[in-house]
Amino acid sequence: MSETAASVPAPLAAPRTDLTDGEWHRLHPATPVLRGGIFMVAIIGFIIANLRERLIDLFLGEENYRGDPIDAIYERGVTGWALLILAGVLLVIIGVFYLSWRMHTFRVTGEIVEVRSGVVFRSNRKARLDRVQGVNLARPFVPRLFGAARLDVTVAGQDGNVQLAYLGSKLADDLRRDILHLASGLRQAKRPAEDPAAIDAEWTAAPPLIGPVNVPVAHSAFGDVASARLTAFRTPELDPDAAPPESVVRIPPGRLIGSIVLSGFTVFLLLAGIGLIVSVFAGSSGWVLVAVLPGLIGSVGYYFSRIAKTLRFSIAGTSDGVRIGFGLLSTSSQTLPPGRIHAIKVSQPILWRRFGWWQINFNTAGQASGGSTTTTTRATLLPVGTLADVEKVLQLALPGFDTDRQRALVENGLLGGRKRDAGVADFFSNAPARAVWLRPFSWWRTGWAVSENLALIRRGVLSRDLIMVPLARMQSVRVSQGPIRRRLRLASADLLTVSGPVTASLSVIDVDETLVLFEWMSTGAVRSALADTSHHWSRAEPTAHDEEAAE
Amino acid sequence: MPELPEVNPPATPLPVPHDLPVPHDTSARLELTETGEWKRVSPKYVLVEIVGTIVNAVVVCGGASLLWLLLGQTWALWVGIIVLVASIINLVFEPRRVRSIGYLLREDDLLFRRGILFQRFVAVPYGRMQLIDITRGPIARWLGLADLKFVTAAATASVSIPGLAEADAENLRDRLVELAESRRAGL
Repeated sequence: MSETAASVPAPLAAPRTDLTDGEWHRLHPATPVLRGGIFMVAIIGFIIANLRERLIDLFLGEENYRGDPIDAIYERGVTGWALLILAGVLLVIIGVFYLSWRMHTFRVTGEIVEVRSGVVFRSNRKARLDRVQGVNLARPFVPRLFGAARLDVTVAGQDGNVQLAYLGSKLADDLRRDILHLASGLRQAKRPAEDPAAIDAEWTAAPPLIGPVNVPVAHSAFGDVASARLTAFRTPELDPDAAPPESVVRIPPGRLIGSIVLSGFTVFLLLAGIGLIVSVFAGSSGWVLVAVLPGLIGSVGYYFSRIAKTLRFSIAGTSDGVRIGFGLLSTSSQTLPPGRIHAIKVSQPILWRRFGWWQINFNTAGQASGGSTTTTTRATLLPVGTLADVEKVLQLALPGFDTDRQRALVENGLLGGRKRDAGVADFFSNAPARAVWLRPFSWWRTGWAVSENLALIRRGVLSRDLIMVPLARMQSVRVSQGPIRRRLRLASADLLTVSGPVTASLSVIDVDETLVLFEWMSTGAVRSALADTSHHWSRAEPTAHDEEAAE
Repeated sequence: MPELPEVNPPATPLPVPHDLPVPHDTSARLELTETGEWKRVSPKYVLVEIVGTIVNAVVVCGGASLLWLLLGQTWALWVGIIVLVASIINLVFEPRRVRSIGYLLREDDLLFRRGILFQRFVAVPYGRMQLIDITRGPIARWLGLADLKFVTAAATASVSIPGLAEADAENLRDRLVELAESRRAGL
């Protein structure tokens, strides 16, 4: 990193790659091999399984492989044919790979990202840039070894991804930046040539650009590849030219492991273990042990995968939104432009209370519903952190939400409750005491508040939750009342957002207050949506450097 | 549109007697106060609901009695009786239930209500519209009715107004699309 950092900075406002010129481009040449990874592994596995004996003997030198396929071919004297068929199959595979690579093209214009692929069944995906919900740069383990990365441009809807797989690692970095810039409403090409001062002002937080720009990284010289791979493998996921280099939170590995061990899954495991021991001592037959024990041992793998996924978590603010990176072997770094977060939940399971740890989850419109493991890690703003970490992350996720009162509101929402407000002001509208019939433990923490364009819901005792919904993103508000709540003069309310791990519902609320909530939420949603301009976030307000550039 | 204060004040303790539970009174009902005239759905929609309930009851009771008569399962008899009684109660309240369905086009959002025992009010800003669905079931079509569904990006937030006259449904759809266009927001 450091030796390349000395090179000349390029004009940063100009597109970093020549891929955004609206022409069709091809992906990394190794794409078919990387995409067909499982297929290749299967073939190799098949070959090894069939020639096992021969392979062993190759090393041990004992000839004892009668009856394997190669032997049969040799005995029947059809070696020539076999080789011919093999060559033919290889040719066909190479041909198919080449064709699929030729036909797999993409283009990025000022308005859209488009991907065409398929040889027999053509498919064509187009995403409008002003509808981009997030850009995810993933480096799965094997492609990462080859220096390739996958760029997902996420738009709203289930599985609404435009996937550019695979690109050269560096190229993918640059393309992400260009796409985000285009999406932000900055028309790079139309911007006049700027004076360097303005550019410096824009990028004060960022260190100089890495590497010469006009080297086509996808076709880098082969000699450098090994060392380049090694550097790329060691560098942190947040690329330092587009983000302030360090993450705002640091999660010590000890805390991370502790948080994963102290989860509901562990409690379940312990209960299962105790049940098992009891059943054995109670004299049940051994088959229970045989049936359950492998599952228990296998669950160790769950811990390892969770830890490997969340290790090296980082979150940082960039000019194009929040960037979240995580992963040890397969890394992923997701950029969420401003205004793409539909709901946030700060929560603390009861096991974490002693340590003062909190977790932050969020909803976005672009979450793929398939693949639960990726979704759970993707929908996390903070896997585990202290109160100070929570504050820092919330500042990134909810820019502008940091007046003293608002901070007090968040703190109140996390730690406060009605019982404690003897001396301290509690800014939340709480459920009345008669809610104890429906929420015997958590009624005193159940409350809501609105601050500017944000609705807050506080609830839960076993798991303390604080839910925040930007009103500009809220889809609708619903209040409802059944017979039991009617007898208690209570009602319930839901703020409906796009689907995700966070549901913003308030289970008990005074009936008169419900009407106030309904009125505030419905008018607030309309009003903040009108004021909201985050679909072209940089165009929204001329920021300081834009004005400087105009001078 | 009321001006929202920066932080809402702490909840004022309501003058409620301390003995729980609170005796039932009329104000315990959820009722929006400031709204205008609710538009009701067509009274003919009762027929659709009644037919639906009857078909449902016949299928379940038929299945239950088969189980009881052919296989000698006595619990099936009880299930059948319970479903029958519930369906009859349902039928009695059907007209009131249909009368409770209402919608209202406010300046910036669509209000929707339904239910007597289980009340529900929903407000959806027009700008959040993703699409509008009009569907017609066989009986509704025979009666000249249609259902209109207002779909947003949320998983569960679609407002579904049943039992509109077909012309009304189409007018309402066009009106809603027009309103949504003029208030288009992002997601």
